[in-house]
Amino acid sequence: MCLAVPGRVTKIEGERAEVDIGGIRREASLELVGDQGIKIGDYVLIHTGYAITKLDEAEAKEILMAWRDVAQNELEG
Amino acid sequence: MFSKYRDKGLVRKAAERIAEVAGGEPLRIMHVCGTHEWAITHNGLRDLLPEGVQVVAGPGCPVCVTPGGEIDALCALSLERGITITTFGDVLRVPGRKGSLAEAKASGADIRVVYGISDAVRMAQQEADREFVHFAIGFETTAPTTAVEVIKGPPGNFSVFTSHKLIPPAMEFLLESGARIDGFICPGHVSTIIGSDAYKDLASRYAKPMAVAGFEPLDIMLAILEIAMQRKRGVAEVYNEYARAVKAEGNKVALRAIEKAFGVSDADWRGIGNIPDSGLKLRGEYSKYDAAQRYGITLAGGDTMPEGCSCGDVLLGTLRPEGCPLFGSECTPESPVGPCMVSIEGTCAIAFKYSDLKLRSRRP
Repeated sequence: MCLAVPGRVTKIEGERAEVDIGGIRREASLELVGDQGIKIGDYVLIHTGYAITKLDEAEAKEILMAWRDVAQNELEG
Repeated sequence: MFSKYRDKGLVRKAAERIAEVAGGEPLRIMHVCGTHEWAITHNGLRDLLPEGVQVVAGPGCPVCVTPGGEIDALCALSLERGITITTFGDVLRVPGRKGSLAEAKASGADIRVVYGISDAVRMAQQEADREFVHFAIGFETTAPTTAVEVIKGPPGNFSVFTSHKLIPPAMEFLLESGARIDGFICPGHVSTIIGSDAYKDLASRYAKPMAVAGFEPLDIMLAILEIAMQRKRGVAEVYNEYARAVKAEGNKVALRAIEKAFGVSDADWRGIGNIPDSGLKLRGEYSKYDAAQRYGITLAGGDTMPEGCSCGDVLLGTLRPEGCPLFGSECTPESPVGPCMVSIEGTCAIAFKYSDLKLRSRRP
């Protein structure tokens, strides 16, 4: 139920976006992320047709950096 | 960068670190999210954990905790009054006390599966001569989608039967009941809405380490490692491992929509009981879209699982599905007895789906 899938924004028209989810294009509502400055090319998480958050690549990297005792070699590679 | 979270080598390294930090001490961690249960089982993460470190599934499947009486009431509404019910596919085959929505559909009721509530609103707009009731199930992740549609003002032939539930009150209920839980993996997508700060008070009051986690194997292993480390250091904080999707304060737009459309109420969780302040009901001007009010639906409450079914214990994390006498014999995804065997997020359905895989992987 709380399943959400990541999709890449390919088109924005007002509060509607077209997202690419693993090669499949679908429509998603941007109404719940109106304050997150979503742009074409951003990754968003989509739940029941609504984008619920932007995915932040910098944060993803920061977490791996914080765990460098686990992730060190791979980050350098 | 996101693919690093699926890296097998990193997952194994995290498992080694968990073993070092846990140091052979028992550690019982609960998660409260059906998608976490799927990710843990699908990726075989339990087999990577050292002896004594356990991850158990709590009541993280909204469909599973939806009272059977609500399902019965919606079946009756459609069969007796000809009202169209829209809902998520996951709910369709869940047995109520008298039957499922799928059975009502087979008997002629107009029950339609939708991907999201906006599809249901669109149907109501296109078919103005029919009355539509959307059965709105889901935790904090789904509640804002209902709120947004109701605030926008759907057509007059559309109403919502809300069964939305809140996760932190359920976590508190479990902690208060004395369940053996040493820490929580907090649900990733619920947390995108409510934020990682939403658990701070619980973590400190009950002295339980917590980590918000994403859904890749490394996300979950890092959350377990974090909880083990906090325990070792004797602290109880909320760590946000899923920072790429979750902010400390959550999604403010979504939270404002929830607050505008809903008031907090007590709610019945099937197989668990009534949990104070764990439900959402439409309020103020939006209560005109409340299907329970519109059609005079009253529920008896005190809902139980079907006879002989152990879903209640499975939802509380006190029993693994394999421990239920009905598992895999009388109760299968083809012919489910209890709700945890129906939903794709149900602990029993997940255990059943991957039980064969586990047997195969253990063959020499």
